[in-house]
Amino acid sequence: MLTVWAILIDGLIYASWLFLVAAGLTVIYGVMRILNMAHGSLYALGAYAAASAIGWYYNGGGDQLWIALTLIAVCAIAIGALAGLIMERGVLRLMYGRDEVLMLIVTFAMLLVLEDVMKIIWGTTPYFAYQPYAAMGRFNIGVLTVSGYQLMVVGVSVAVGLALWFWLERTKIGKILRSIIHDREVSEAMGVNVRRMFTITFMIGAALGAIAGGVTAPIISVVPGVGVEVIVVAFAVVVTGGLGSITGAAIGALIVGLARAISIHTMPELELFIVYAVMAAVLIFRPHGLFGQAVARKI
Amino acid sequence: MGLQKSEIMLVAAALAIGLLSFVIPDWLAFTTTLAIASALVVLGVVMLMRAGLVSFGQGLYYCIGGYAVGMGGRFLGVTDALLLIGMGVVVTVALAMVLGLLLTRYREIFFAMLTLAFSMILYGILVKSHNLGSTDGFGVGDWTLLWFDPEGGKGSRTVLWLATGVGLAVALFLNRYFGSSMGLACEAIRENEVRVEYMGMSRRQILYINYVIAAAIGSVGGSLTSLAAGHVDPTMAYWTISGEFVFIALLGGTGHVAASFIAAMIFIMVRTYAVELFPNSWQMILGIVLLMIILFLPKGIWSLFTRKRRVAS
Amino acid sequence: MGHPTPQAGLRRTLLSTATSVALVSAGVIGFGQAAHAEDTFKVGLVTFLSGGASGPFGVPAAQAAETVIRAINAGELPAPYDTAGVNGLQLESVVIDEAGGPTKQVEEYRNLVQRQNVNAVIGYISSGDCLAVGPVAEEMKTFTIAFDCGTPRLFDEVDNPTYLFRTGLDAVADNVGAAHYLNDAKSDAKRLAGIQQNYAWGQDSWLDFTLSMEQLMPDVEIVDNQTPQIFQGSYGTEISALQTSRPDIIHSSMWGGDMEAFVAQANVRGLLDQATAILTTGESGLHRFKDQAPNGTILGGRGPFGGFMPENELSEWFSKAYEEEHGTPPSYPASKMAQALLGLKYAADNSGAEGVPTSEQLAEALKGASFESVSGTVDMGLAGGHQALQPMLYGEYHYSDETGPELRNVRSYKGACVSPPDGQNAQEWIKAGFPGADCN
Repeated sequence: MLTVWAILIDGLIYASWLFLVAAGLTVIYGVMRILNMAHGSLYALGAYAAASAIGWYYNGGGDQLWIALTLIAVCAIAIGALAGLIMERGVLRLMYGRDEVLMLIVTFAMLLVLEDVMKIIWGTTPYFAYQPYAAMGRFNIGVLTVSGYQLMVVGVSVAVGLALWFWLERTKIGKILRSIIHDREVSEAMGVNVRRMFTITFMIGAALGAIAGGVTAPIISVVPGVGVEVIVVAFAVVVTGGLGSITGAAIGALIVGLARAISIHTMPELELFIVYAVMAAVLIFRPHGLFGQAVARKI
Repeated sequence: MGLQKSEIMLVAAALAIGLLSFVIPDWLAFTTTLAIASALVVLGVVMLMRAGLVSFGQGLYYCIGGYAVGMGGRFLGVTDALLLIGMGVVVTVALAMVLGLLLTRYREIFFAMLTLAFSMILYGILVKSHNLGSTDGFGVGDWTLLWFDPEGGKGSRTVLWLATGVGLAVALFLNRYFGSSMGLACEAIRENEVRVEYMGMSRRQILYINYVIAAAIGSVGGSLTSLAAGHVDPTMAYWTISGEFVFIALLGGTGHVAASFIAAMIFIMVRTYAVELFPNSWQMILGIVLLMIILFLPKGIWSLFTRKRRVAS
Repeated sequence: MGHPTPQAGLRRTLLSTATSVALVSAGVIGFGQAAHAEDTFKVGLVTFLSGGASGPFGVPAAQAAETVIRAINAGELPAPYDTAGVNGLQLESVVIDEAGGPTKQVEEYRNLVQRQNVNAVIGYISSGDCLAVGPVAEEMKTFTIAFDCGTPRLFDEVDNPTYLFRTGLDAVADNVGAAHYLNDAKSDAKRLAGIQQNYAWGQDSWLDFTLSMEQLMPDVEIVDNQTPQIFQGSYGTEISALQTSRPDIIHSSMWGGDMEAFVAQANVRGLLDQATAILTTGESGLHRFKDQAPNGTILGGRGPFGGFMPENELSEWFSKAYEEEHGTPPSYPASKMAQALLGLKYAADNSGAEGVPTSEQLAEALKGASFESVSGTVDMGLAGGHQALQPMLYGEYHYSDETGPELRNVRSYKGACVSPPDGQNAQEWIKAGFPGADCN
């Protein structure tokens, strides 16, 4: 029974982290049809920005948790949106209309560049910003303990999910974006400034990636290459859920998160495969992912 | 049908490499060998690309080819290089025939991610295989080539000749294949697969055969790499390696078989000089070069040659 | 894209051939003939400059190399290394990134030797890279020192080495030493769990450690072993799983950022209140943990390196020079790089060569030698004189704001206690109950 509870709690915590990482990827793919490999670098950017901001704040004698958390959010969003703006205006804009796969490689090239840019800015020494994580303490649930910070991550993840849903379904921009998703050419003909919408979307997606990194920074040690490790997992979640669907990303994250928790608690040696095994299994039965829609084939 | 002109040139290029191998320094011979080996895997990726599919898991077959060489020598005592390569191809074809049944149902990103998943599953299995050295991999034993024993198998000249010979054979085959009805049907599928069905061809069947051949060629590339490097390890199946092959394929373009060889050579040379000259920022150099190529040569390096031709005529 | 006429195909292929030939000849002319000057000794340094192993290992090692090479060239080292240069030659270094996997490292190694004409190579943190490069070093007859990699298989794969050396211990010693330390310092332990990165290093470490524990502390029950992926960073689920199995000792061979992150998370989650962690590579976090690792956590430094360096002139000089230049005391990878360079200087100074010593002369000089180093006297006593035999040390981490980090209750185990005699398979040696081990 204890193990069952542990699996549920751990699975939920991991799933909410997965969703945070995958959300930005989904938004960008949904609107722009670009599978952004540089998403991992945006995650890393957010993590580095948050870690150095926290380090600066606590080393300067600060000890207010809420200021530290606000710093994480502000720094991550700012650096993510800025990087997104530069990437979209500076590189992607020149490439629109190219093959989807070519765009994948373009973002891969950006990933390579960003990895070294970050190394130039932050060096290679691991950054350690544990103070907020330590400050939020832990809760005991029987023998299990859960860190308060990780429960907060669950909250952040739910909030991000709801905000995204509201933004896409209930605001004017969301409506315009959905029209672009549905038919780009027609919306352009109706006077929608698609390019501007793309810039906004990419900045938001990038900021989401950076938030995921920023929120994770106090838990991990931020080292070169942290971003590369999350890309494939995020891709797998997004594909499992069905590309471009926020609900899909959430369900995909839950499934992968739970499967991983089950494997770690019962068969730790399977952990390496589990993400890919789940993805392969889902794709075998649902070739377009759980919430993906088959595209009508042109004749 | 006699030899086409471009086939004559391929043979000439192979002969040129064979002759040059006597004058170039060893490191260049080794680098050229690696370039040819990865060009073969890239050709597999190109074959799929011509049919509109992008594989992020060609490392699966690259790795099988490599491990077949390593394990064949270590556990079965096989030392003949061609036999070892053949064993890799047999295993690969068997696996590709099974996976192909499933994979040919998928397109676009789903094909890419599913191939990636299978490749990563092999990676996971190898990492778990303690007897095969886990992530450290193991060394490839000494090998021979037919009746010829190249000083314990490590003479880089011999590997280069072997790679050139095999590479030439594959290139000649693919050159014909791309122009054959099978090869052209693949391109037709990329453009519009429903119409291909209307013409009475089975797209599944075409894609299936195409996939299996691409896998076999990838395996040969892996075998050559491990014969040259003398070591195999699970990284060969890791997704970044597969990504590198896609990268080179786009660099070269799908216009001609020779493009993959040139692109692989350029990629490796750029990388090795970037690593040497800018040890701390070689990834950035690589990324920028890549962006430039995509921006200015959208059809790959090969468009340099075709563009000049158009201007000339 | 249409299909070209044969004529066009011909022209294209001509062009491509011309390009390839041009490329190749540029390579030959530009770089093939670069001869090195007579009064310098060129050494290739290979270490991680990118990726997760760069921060904790690769870059400290490269920084140590910078400090030590400058001092060697200026003749500023304490005795017996107070002569300028190696064998009177100025040391020149070429640094290469170790990232990219074994195949790429084999390629880069060849480039170092044949294109850059280095006289010797020092490098390799990853065991896979060592295993791949070792045979190539022998083939190319180039003096090569593996300064850090820990695989016990290195001298199985290269079973009769001439040019390949390792100036450190392998991972067997880490884990046999860890079991000895627990036996001496934590004899009341009952339940043992582990957490290892899921790759060869972690698997080998756990195997050697559990085999040793079965010999030394047979009553300890092994309750769990978690194997998270390397560079995973977040260990929430693994920590829950460990908590539910209620261990009192947790063994981990995780390294670098992963190890630090695990310690911080396990500390916050209370796991390290229940159990004491023994970290075989924990020393690299000695000056970074602050209050994130509980007092009493057991750290190892893969031998007498970093915070475990004995007090001697060389180690005092090195600690001071490194800290002045790089702002933090040297961790174990930095000390190991320094040791490899001192080994090179020893070999060159004692090669008896006029001018640049050959690889044969260097190998002859270092084989079976004893040389002074930052870790005390290094005895090249294993693998037929090609690998160092050194003591293994463990100690408890203690931290307070006043004293900073300290190592207490440090215990040292002789080389002959933690490493199998030459030619014996490590696991069989452990299973047989460490025959011939000298632990007094």
